[in-house]
Amino acid sequence: MSATRLPAQDAPAPRALDPERLRADFPALHRRVHGHPYTYLDSAATSQRPRSVIRAVDAYYRRTNANIHRGVYAAAEEATALYEGARDRIAALLDVDRSEVIYTRNATEGLNLVAYAYGEGHVGPNDAVLVTESEHHSNLLPWQRLCERRGARLEVLPVTDRGELDLSELDAVLARGVRIVALSHVSNVLGVENPVAYVAERAHRAGAVVVVDAAQSVPHMPVRPRALGADFLAFSGHKMLGPTGIGVLWGRRELLEAMPPFLTGGDMVGTVHLRRATWAELPHKFEAGTPAIAEAIGLGAAVEYLTALDLRAVAEHSRTLAMHAAERLAELPRVTVYGPPPGAARTAVVAFNVAGVHPHDLATILDGQGVAIRAGHHCAQPLMERYGVAAMARASVYVYNRDQDLERLVAAVRRAQDVFGGA
Amino acid sequence: MAADDLYREYLVELYRHPHNYGLMAAPDVRQEGQNPLCGDEVTIDLKLEGERVTQARFEGRGCAVSMAAASILTDLAPGRTLAELAAMGDEEMLAEIGLPSLTPARRKCALLALKTLQVGARARAGAGVGAGAEAGTGKEEG
Ligand SMILES: Cc1ncc(COP(=O)(O)O)c(C=O)c1O
Repeated sequence: MSATRLPAQDAPAPRALDPERLRADFPALHRRVHGHPYTYLDSAATSQRPRSVIRAVDAYYRRTNANIHRGVYAAAEEATALYEGARDRIAALLDVDRSEVIYTRNATEGLNLVAYAYGEGHVGPNDAVLVTESEHHSNLLPWQRLCERRGARLEVLPVTDRGELDLSELDAVLARGVRIVALSHVSNVLGVENPVAYVAERAHRAGAVVVVDAAQSVPHMPVRPRALGADFLAFSGHKMLGPTGIGVLWGRRELLEAMPPFLTGGDMVGTVHLRRATWAELPHKFEAGTPAIAEAIGLGAAVEYLTALDLRAVAEHSRTLAMHAAERLAELPRVTVYGPPPGAARTAVVAFNVAGVHPHDLATILDGQGVAIRAGHHCAQPLMERYGVAAMARASVYVYNRDQDLERLVAAVRRAQDVFGGA
Repeated sequence: MAADDLYREYLVELYRHPHNYGLMAAPDVRQEGQNPLCGDEVTIDLKLEGERVTQARFEGRGCAVSMAAASILTDLAPGRTLAELAAMGDEEMLAEIGLPSLTPARRKCALLALKTLQVGARARAGAGVGAGAEAGTGKEEG
């Protein structure tokens, strides 16, 4: 299977996305909601899927439908080739070796895998794990639990009002026995891109490894874990046009090789005796049991789709549209936009509140206009506390969104303000 | 009914001018509850004569649906017994607020006040089951 390489940094500028044309590829966008066209602005929760992904999953069940790595018959060989071919595509996307690409269920599982299989062996009672104030619960709780189990400290990097990491104390904190730094590449609430490369450089000097939650970056920009200086990096397929139930953990080969397995069982072994066993080579050592075969194949199709669009073009589109959204919303009276101020770069998401209208009421009224946004704490309760709110509304965009969707968003927000009588 | 008609008609009015708002100095039953989904919080106070509620008041913070529901519930509770309130069904409450067709996520908002009151009522009645539990109405959002 030919895996497409990322274009080199100096490759010619990609063609801008044409969301209007791409929409034809996404069947679920064409429904109507409460009599209105569907305006989907919740891709940060989960993206839409193009026909090619749905077809790949469907074709696996219809034509191939066999387990992997087990049979010698034709269908089993085909299944294995499809499943491993998808891994090749993902490795090419990340510009890493295929043996370092571990299939998981989602970003959450990848982060937990590291917290157990790496954390248990490397974090002790006088050590610390450093996280940030803006983490998704998925990249906070595994470390909180690890620290509890190991009697270690959890250190926290604060964020500024603009949503940026406050790095003024970084070196001082790192010097206090930090073994693992866990941070998101892009915040799912604020859309801020964190300076992972800088943090990684400081962390490595201090002898810590860096775990990157890339759930909101891999869908939206070219991400090369090695260039970022990451040691582990996790993301989910369902936020990048792929199926649910499949995600990826990338890790540096030396680290993965030295780690014990996370889950044990079939498919991840070398030889097994009643009282001892050896483990399979990477990446299979971390893939116990029959995996999400159809979903992995579907993720391969998603990567192919994104690669054809060119992640640099996707990045430009996601940034431009999110910045427009922030500017348009901030222009409205009594609307607060969180994180980067209007005009500053943000990736794909804009979180906001409308004075006098609870975000959940806002989301219900917007739904009445066919506009789907997220409202709540976005699995980032400490960040809500940081901003002194119980909840926020959040609109997020992806390759199929257009300015027209933002106009509908703004019109629906105005309507909600009208319903609540200008509060 | 379209979502914003529903809001326009009376929820917003109750949200801004809720009935029975403000806690009592010496309630016979006080119960707090939360809905992690939207961060809603409500505290319900009851005054009793024997097993019968004579007065109900609340305080809280949250969306229009949850606050309007608390207002409506504290209007209808007086005159009923704790056992009657503990037995009140979800559908009955949704009908009382006139929102039978809410989406499941928003039903939790509409039912927060009732669930909270019921935890308090059961604890008071010593019914045991579920007594003293936090009146959360569901799983945390992901
Ligand atoms: C930044 C971030 N990290 C982690 C996750 C967890 O992803 P999943 O639920 O797919 O494991 C999400 C998505 O909800 C996210 O936005």
